[in-house]
Amino acid sequence: MRVLLMRTCLSDAVGPSVWKSTRRVLQRAGVQVRVPRGQTCCAQPAWTAGHPARAREVARHALTVFAGPDEVVVPSGSCAGMVVHGYPDLFRGEPEEEAALDLARRTVEFTQFLARHDLDPGTVAAGTVTIHDSCHMLRVLDEAAAPRQALARAGCEVREMEHTDRCCGFGGVFSLAFPELSASLGEEKARDAVESGAREVVSCDLGCLMHITGVAHRQGIPLRARHIAEVLDR
Amino acid sequence: MSTRRQRSAGGVAYPDIKGTLHERTVQALGDQTLRTNLETAASSWAAGQEVMRRDHGMDEMRARAREIRRRNIRDLPALLGEMQANVRKAGGQVVRAADGAEACRYITGLAQARGVTVVAKSKSMATEEIRLNEALEASGIEVVETDLGEWILQLAHQRPSHIIAPAVHLNRGQVAEIFRREAGTDDVPDDREGLVAHARVRLRETFAQAGMGISGVNIGVASTGTVCIVENEGNARLVTSQPRIHVAVMGMERVVADWDDAAHILQILPMAAISQDAANYVNLITGPRREGESDGPEEFHLVIVDGGRGALRGTEFEEVLSCIRCGACLYSCPMWRSVGGQAYGSPYSGPIGAIITPLLEGPSSPASRDLPFMSSLCGACGDACPVGIPLPDLLVRARARASSPATRKSAVAFRAWSLLLRRGLTYRVGVVGWRLFVRVRGTDGWVTRLPGGGAGWTRVRDMPARWPPRR
Repeated sequence: MRVLLMRTCLSDAVGPSVWKSTRRVLQRAGVQVRVPRGQTCCAQPAWTAGHPARAREVARHALTVFAGPDEVVVPSGSCAGMVVHGYPDLFRGEPEEEAALDLARRTVEFTQFLARHDLDPGTVAAGTVTIHDSCHMLRVLDEAAAPRQALARAGCEVREMEHTDRCCGFGGVFSLAFPELSASLGEEKARDAVESGAREVVSCDLGCLMHITGVAHRQGIPLRARHIAEVLDR
Repeated sequence: MSTRRQRSAGGVAYPDIKGTLHERTVQALGDQTLRTNLETAASSWAAGQEVMRRDHGMDEMRARAREIRRRNIRDLPALLGEMQANVRKAGGQVVRAADGAEACRYITGLAQARGVTVVAKSKSMATEEIRLNEALEASGIEVVETDLGEWILQLAHQRPSHIIAPAVHLNRGQVAEIFRREAGTDDVPDDREGLVAHARVRLRETFAQAGMGISGVNIGVASTGTVCIVENEGNARLVTSQPRIHVAVMGMERVVADWDDAAHILQILPMAAISQDAANYVNLITGPRREGESDGPEEFHLVIVDGGRGALRGTEFEEVLSCIRCGACLYSCPMWRSVGGQAYGSPYSGPIGAIITPLLEGPSSPASRDLPFMSSLCGACGDACPVGIPLPDLLVRARARASSPATRKSAVAFRAWSLLLRRGLTYRVGVVGWRLFVRVRGTDGWVTRLPGGGAGWTRVRDMPARWPPRR
């Protein structure tokens, strides 16, 4: 099986270990992974900031970079959601509409990909974590089971936190436009995570984790965080 | 009586909203009582929704509600014509108002022509939208809100914080305090029953005096010309039957075709709004009192307000017209739950308010311009909506239409962003630059101050300089 890996711009800028772990886990499960060199960003920030024309300029580049028949695996529910749900809207009535629909069909979030093909990376990741369901994973991709299944398969115990369906307040451009409101929700999430009894919060979205840990660190809340690919890459 | 009359005639009915949207959110976040009240209300609603889903098949009902409302909006011009004809046939009068000012002029003129001095109102967001109370009071007519929550807010000179539960941001103690201040006595009890009894006594006087009752409309049924008003307190029944004249104010999109449609919407509305499988009162009103009938008003006027709604048909925002004003998207919204509806500074708050306010008032009106951005696009509202309006998608579209100094600044930033990110090479240079910057800037694995656009980030949180982050 062959896939293209979308690294995501957040992983490039904040945590390259996320996409590198994703690649290793996929390879261990017997998948051939190609990481297209010219890739940049899925264009979600411009789209949600209200600049669809700018978003299309960058998303067009993604359509070219990820052309071909292979599935595109994304270690982010949010970026995957942008391609799967956002691209058809973004390119409606545009010349690239067909290409956008095609990429949307081929794109899949990392843990969903593992579940879809029943892949076992053979990880032994003993320990206890709590899961933060990112909103786009949960409500755009309608997925809560895949990350839990992947962790269970690796032998990792999940202690669910309260209000697991609640937003952490990151929201991309929202986090900069309404910082206090964003941080207030982030603090609630960090406290819920700590109260679960697990020492580490795990998520399929680096954006949420960067926000939650950023708030936790500022507030002195003791919380560790890792992307799910990093947990499975042991 | 007249403390009440003097108060409402004396000054501004509502204070003007102050500060920017961002400033109001910061202020609301600092109010711990407010946050506790909102959290209590939202949690109890959420628990109720679970029951509605589990025991009453609410999820299955959504699809049909969505289909009904989409069809109603598609057929809207014909349905409104039918509604109008049937109300007239039943002896009522119908006025189509292009905007709020026209609706207010008609109602105020009618009240003056009939010599009305006191108006009793039941809960209505449409009248809040068109600022009817202000218009009536400016003509020297006393307006008394008879919905308990609305009355509390009228006494406190506040705006509704929720479409269905306008005073949900206040707790019992705060309400008792407002009542005591208004009554000029400490002799108002603290308990729920006592507070309701106090309000009942005060409001009963109004029904005896009011020459006109003004209500909203939950849905209008075109096939019979009936207006449906659901409520839990019984005050709307009095407002629409006791005074000599009943004026019903309806947003033009609130019409359904027939009783099949109506039955379904009247069922799902209280489920979504208050997690109840039926409303305590369902008032079905077709025209004024007929010959031989023992009660009901002598005159019935239906005022149908366009107010910018008609122009939305056929646009990418058409689906907002399906809204049945249940308030579920407010309760489900983490932003509304954190700051409450008053911080929005518009009659409609929460996700639906953030979308329709700019549509009804224009994208650059002071209340409109930042509203679509006050969302993390978490999608909880879209899941909560009983008529399947894709609220998160519409928020994104509303952002594209927004116009303010902030959006113009962001347009410049994203032009640069696009130039950088539409090529692999410039992108790599940007990423390497950013990582170098973070490494130099960080101490102990964290960046605590970012310049420029990043300042909003580090004002409230740190940025990990390495990943996984150090504790």
